[in-house]
This record gives sequence, C-alpha cells and structure tokens, in this order.
Amino acid sequence: MTRELLEGNYAMAEAAVRAGVEAYFGYPITPQTEILEWMSHRMPEVGRAFLQAESEVAAINMLYGAACTGARVMSSSSSPGVSLMMEGLSYIAGTELPVVLIDVVRGGPGLGNIAPSQGDYNQIVHGGGHGDYFPIVLAPASVQEAIDLTVLAFDLAEKYRSLAFVMADGSVGQMMEPAELPEMRPVRKERPDWAVTGAVGRERRILSSIYLNVELEEKTNFRLLERWYEVEKNEIRYREYYLDDAEFVIVGFGTAGRIALSAVRAARAEGIKVGLLRPVTVSPFPAAQVAELAQKAQAMLVVEMNTGQMLNDVLRIVKGACPIEFYGRMGGVVPYPDEILNEIHRITREPVSPDGDPRLRWMQRFTPGRGQ
Amino acid sequence: MQTEIVIAGFGGQGALFAGQILAFAAIDSGLDVTWMPSYGPEMRGGTANCTVVIADEEIGSPLVRHAKAAVVLNLPSLEKYEPLLAKDGVLIVNASLVNRSVTRSDVDGLLIPAQEIAETIGNRRLTNMVMLGALVQKLPVLPLKAIEDALNNHLPERHRRMLPSNLEALRQGAAYARGELKVEGVGLGALEPTETVAPTSV
Amino acid sequence: MDTSVSTVKNQTVYIRPSALTDTPSHYCPGCTHGVAHRLIAEIFDEMGIREKVIGVAPVGCSVFAYNYFDTDFVEAAHGRAPAMATGIKRLLPDRVVFTYQGDGDLASIGMGEIMHAAGRGENITVIFINNAIYGMTGGQMAPTTLPGQKTSSSPSGRDVETMGFPIHMAEVLAKMEGSGYIVRRSLHDPKNIRLAKKAIRTAFEAQVRGLGFSMVELLSSCPSNWGITPLESLKWIEEKMVPVYPLEDFKVAPTLAGLKF
Repeated sequence: MTRELLEGNYAMAEAAVRAGVEAYFGYPITPQTEILEWMSHRMPEVGRAFLQAESEVAAINMLYGAACTGARVMSSSSSPGVSLMMEGLSYIAGTELPVVLIDVVRGGPGLGNIAPSQGDYNQIVHGGGHGDYFPIVLAPASVQEAIDLTVLAFDLAEKYRSLAFVMADGSVGQMMEPAELPEMRPVRKERPDWAVTGAVGRERRILSSIYLNVELEEKTNFRLLERWYEVEKNEIRYREYYLDDAEFVIVGFGTAGRIALSAVRAARAEGIKVGLLRPVTVSPFPAAQVAELAQKAQAMLVVEMNTGQMLNDVLRIVKGACPIEFYGRMGGVVPYPDEILNEIHRITREPVSPDGDPRLRWMQRFTPGRGQ
Repeated sequence: MQTEIVIAGFGGQGALFAGQILAFAAIDSGLDVTWMPSYGPEMRGGTANCTVVIADEEIGSPLVRHAKAAVVLNLPSLEKYEPLLAKDGVLIVNASLVNRSVTRSDVDGLLIPAQEIAETIGNRRLTNMVMLGALVQKLPVLPLKAIEDALNNHLPERHRRMLPSNLEALRQGAAYARGELKVEGVGLGALEPTETVAPTSV
Repeated sequence: MDTSVSTVKNQTVYIRPSALTDTPSHYCPGCTHGVAHRLIAEIFDEMGIREKVIGVAPVGCSVFAYNYFDTDFVEAAHGRAPAMATGIKRLLPDRVVFTYQGDGDLASIGMGEIMHAAGRGENITVIFINNAIYGMTGGQMAPTTLPGQKTSSSPSGRDVETMGFPIHMAEVLAKMEGSGYIVRRSLHDPKNIRLAKKAIRTAFEAQVRGLGFSMVELLSSCPSNWGITPLESLKWIEEKMVPVYPLEDFKVAPTLAGLKF
C-alpha cells in the first residue's frame, strides 16, 4: 500500500470498512458528516448494512440491536449528537456489547459551533451515560493515527466486550494528510457465543442490561470493573517526544498534543530541555508514565482544547510531585504553537507554584478571548 | 525544515484545491504535509482558506500564526494575512481583485493580475493555478515540475480535459513572477468579482 | 373392545405452546398480556418459526417478555425497540424480528422510532398493547388514555383542552407508505381473541413475505391500574375503548387478503 492524501473523516470511514465493519448507523452532524456520506455508498458497495437514522437516539439503538447479533458495528457523531446517544451507550455498556463510536468533537456546550474542540473529554472518558462503566477511548492526533486507532477500536471492543471510542476533533476530521490505509480484512464470519441470532439448535439467548436482583447487578458491576483493570494492564498507549533528558514536561492529547510538539521543537531549538507526552489512550490513561515523569520534572504543563478536563486527571495522578501549569483554548479556538511556546518560556523562567489551582492561574493570566 | 503556506480567497476561487495540489506535490516529492481547511459556514459563500504545512519530519501543528507564505485571492484575505505573514515571507496577491499594494517592506510581495492572465488562457477559474505558479517561483519549497506532475496525477477525471490549460496557467504564473510575462493595460483592482463559481475540489 | 371412551379421556384440549417457556407470569391477575403472549407463542409453533424469531422487549409491564418466550430476545431502552429491531433485521434479514410494546413505550417516548420504522417499511412485526394507561409505573396518563379517564396523573380525568387527545396509532401508521399490514383488535372476549390471533398470524406472515412494516394494536386490560375487577375490565374495553378505538383493518397489503390459515 502507498501513502495517499486523505481527509480524516473519509479515512476513518474507509478504515472501518477495511476492518470489516458490517453495519453503520448514523445521522448527519458537522464536522463528521463525511463519515456518514462515505458509508452511504461504500457499505452497499461491499454488501453491508448502512442506514441513515432519524436521529442520533435511533442510530445508537439501531447500533445496539445490530451489536446484539455479534457483528462488527459502528456509528459516528459529533458532540451534541453524542450527548443524545448517551442513554444508548449506557445500555450497550450494561449489556456488555462491543461497539465502536467515533466522536469528532466540536465546540460547546449547547449547540456551540463546528470548530475543533476537546470539550467531550469528560463526557466520553468519565461517562456521560448513567451507571458505572469504563469505555476505551482512543485519541488520534493525525489522519494516520485516526486510521490505525479506528481499526484498533474494533479489536479492543471485541476483546473486552466494551465500548470503544475514537475521540477525534474537527481538526483531525477535516484535515488532509498523507496516510496509508490497511489491507481489506475479510468480514468475520463466526459469531461469539453470546450473540442473538435465532435459537437454531441451541438454548435461547437473552441480551439485556436489566438486573432487578441487586446482587446480580452488583456482580455485573464487579465484572465490568475487573475487565477494566485488565484493559488498564494491557492497553495503555502513548507517544513520547524528547522526554529522555526533559526537565520540563508537556502533557496533551490529540490535536492539542501535536500542536504542543511544534512548540517543543521551537523550545528545543532555543536549548530548552522540554519534552512531550501525548496520551493515545486517554482511557485507560497512561497514569504510571505521567507519575514517573512528574518525579523528575521541574514543572509540568497540561495543554488542552477545553477548560482542563484532563488536567483533573493529571493533578490526581501527580499528587503534588511537581508543580503543574495549565494552558487551554476553548469553544472551538485552536491554539497556535507560539502560545504554547510562551507558556514554556514562562514555566522555565519563573518558578511555578506547587500550590493553588493551575486552572485558576491560567484563567487569571489569560486575556485573549475574554472580551477585555 | 518546515514551510507553511496559507491560501485564501472567496469560496469558489479554488483556494482549497490549489492547496491540495500543493499537498499532492509534497507527498509525491517524499515530504510530509498537512492540509487544513477552514470549514463550515464560511465555505458556503463566504471566505475559504487552507493552511498547507510541508516538512521533512513529522508535522506538529497543522496551523501556524505566522506562515512563511500567503497566497491571497481577494482583498479581505490580503487584509487578514499580510499583517500575520512571517518576516521575509512571500506574499502573492491577486492584483485583479485588490485595489492596493503590499504595505509591508519586510516581506517579498508580488502583485499579479492573475485573473486577467487566467482569462487570456481562456478560463477565469484558472486564477488559482496562475497564483500557485507564481508562488512556487518565489518560494523555494517545491519545483514547478512537482506541481505540474501533481496536477497531472491528481486532477479529477471529470476535469481531465482542463489539464493543458491548468498547466499553462501554472507556467504563466511562474513566468510572471520571473518578470518574463507582461500583461498590458491592467492595473490594481481592474476587475470586480462578478460571480462565484462552483468550487473545484478533489 | 370399546376404545371411544379412552380416546375421549386422553384428548388434549389445552397445552402450553412450545414457544412459551414454563415460567410463572409476573403479570397481575386479569391482565391480558398473558393472552397476547400465548397467542404469539401459538403462532410461532404453527408457523414453525420459533428458532428464527428474535424478539425485542420494551420498557413497561412487558419488560420481562423475554422470560416467557423460548426464543432469542433482547431488551430495549424505553421506546427504542423499533430502532433496535431495525439494527437486528438489517443484519439478519432472514430472521423473524418482532417488538412487543405498550402504549407509553410506543406512542409516547418511542413515537419517533415507530413512525420512522413504519416510514422505512422496516420488515418487522410490532405487537402494540394499548391499555390506555402506564401500567408499570402505577397508572399514569398515557397518550392513549381516553378523554375524561381518571389516572394517577390526571386525577380529574383527561381534559383534552390541556392534556390533549388520545393518539390513534393504527390509523396514523396505516397512512405510512412503508406499512404492509396495520389492524386493531381487542382481547376482551373469546371471539375477539380468535380474531386477534388471526391478525397476529397475518402480521408475521406479512414479515415472512417481505411486505414491510406490520403492526397489530391490541386493546388490553389493566384491572390493577384501572381500579376495577378483571371482569369489569373486559367490559370496560368493550364499552369504553372500542368506541374510541375501532376494531378495523386499516391497511392490508393485497397479497395478504386471501390468506387462509
């Protein structure tokens, strides 16, 4: 295979086709509608199921039904649409079904806008649907990673009978980059032993998320938790840049992470020993890596395109081992590398307070976009 | 080594497509590239722009505040990107739709009557290729040959018959930037944008 | 030897359909859910399709429908059974997929899903239990509650000025071009139960023949929440509900008209 110039949304859609997705249900919403459009011609072309649902609510429940048959299935949406899907996602988690959902995150809350954002971190990583469940969340920063992680999402979803999200943003979805698509995999023919396919020559099967018996529900909660610890043990992925001798460490995922890479390179050119950790799985989160980096870092800078939703996780992990600063842009504003470079200059030139609230400090020193 | 180019204009002037051709040329030359469009309401009748980053290593940010080059197809784009251009950057201005000169002295500016040149070739829609030809003449990021090959390899099938005129537009743009092409009787802002044509896209 | 006596003695007049599991019902005494379940199971036996059936249970009193049918079953979120059935049917088009939904589930929270399933002509069968009330939550007003009917959330009776009118789902869905078989029947006496069975059979035959969306609306009783006896409930269906919800064929695809079972 050769590298082609591919748009992120089309690339994720075609990657899913090549990973053997058997059914896609979706609803138009910017900035991910190209996924729906690609699937609308591609899925029938390869003899698989495509349906434009009447709403995201219907789409996620069609997906729920399709997943019950043991087939490889997916949907895609963007932030407000994913909010609508939350009920269904909780049911899917409670029924322990493998389902892949791509969220191309946009500015919010509310109708917000269609520009790139990371404001769905809490909604996706820390639930959003009701009850205790633990989704796998993969955060691509490039078109190639979006392809690779879409394929991986199916494998992980099936391995752990889990929800697997690809949490991209409008930038990854709309950007074109050279990337290589995987070979076409054959569609998996065999069905898992829990799949509902008609009770031909076997006992009937029931798939449900209802456990009126509280002990059984608690047992289910334990089962999900135990499975999650397996995921945490096996599936943490991240990228490291210039960390070997780094005295200062930036943590950022997805687009914010790759923008930080430009700032790190510029700082390195000035002789500043700064490195970058870019979590690829934001759930499970590379907690041990962050904790270890905090042990040797003079200061850490968390960069996000939200108000610091991942910052909360980093603070919890670092437990004061090193001072932390935060820099965020929100509402669909994408930071430029020079903004992050300024932050690098600041934390390397002035001592960073080990106390207090990094988010509050950021808010107080941040002037652009605040209407002053 | 990294070079960033912003291409901006009205929707329908082919800014996005010109950026894609540049991106194709970069890939075919073995370089890394990102093509990041403005998307959303502005692509439906308003301004359209894209940022192309070309590098010989993994690209970080697909957007930069101060690009090395800007190709501006209309006045609003000149107003927006001239102040942002990096020092010693290259600024290619579609003089056909702009009624002023480049004001910064620390950039390499070129006013080119791109739309008139395109019309003499036979199609106003070739303006973007005239501008692209002028850009690669001024900015040593990719040779003109790489752009020509990219057009040849990636022009959508339905536009194949337009290939010779697209190549001609590129060459005339480059020739104008070299000072080898004179266009008679045109000055700044000679033309008004009279219509928005359907965007050409890959 | 005279064998006629012993033949009569051993004659089976009533048996649990094999598609029905041997599970005690959780439904209230006098509730007609049990009748509807039995009719459906008998039809699975008669058509020989038990192994091909995948059911979708709703949220409401029949949330546990899956306990009673010896077929594969899934449990949907409130109102979403038609969407879930769609997902299953699109992947397994040769299976017989049906939803079993109450009036709150189908005509209130699930209005979008049922309308669009019918609009698409989704080749599934819907058994719609209309008892004019929310049963599971304890007798609140449903979209099908009759004008003037008292419920725990319309204590002075349903005032159509402020609470709107009953929704006639069979009539509405029959207007959809994608529907192939839409009728209303009642479960209030043996004659109507026989007619209901024939309709349910026809609905599943419609699906097997690929005729699009099929639905049988069944007028049903809810003595517990109506606050009357089971016998009075059956009479209430006949006297109060049937005049509002006429027992008619609203849409019958031409190829179904002459079917004999």
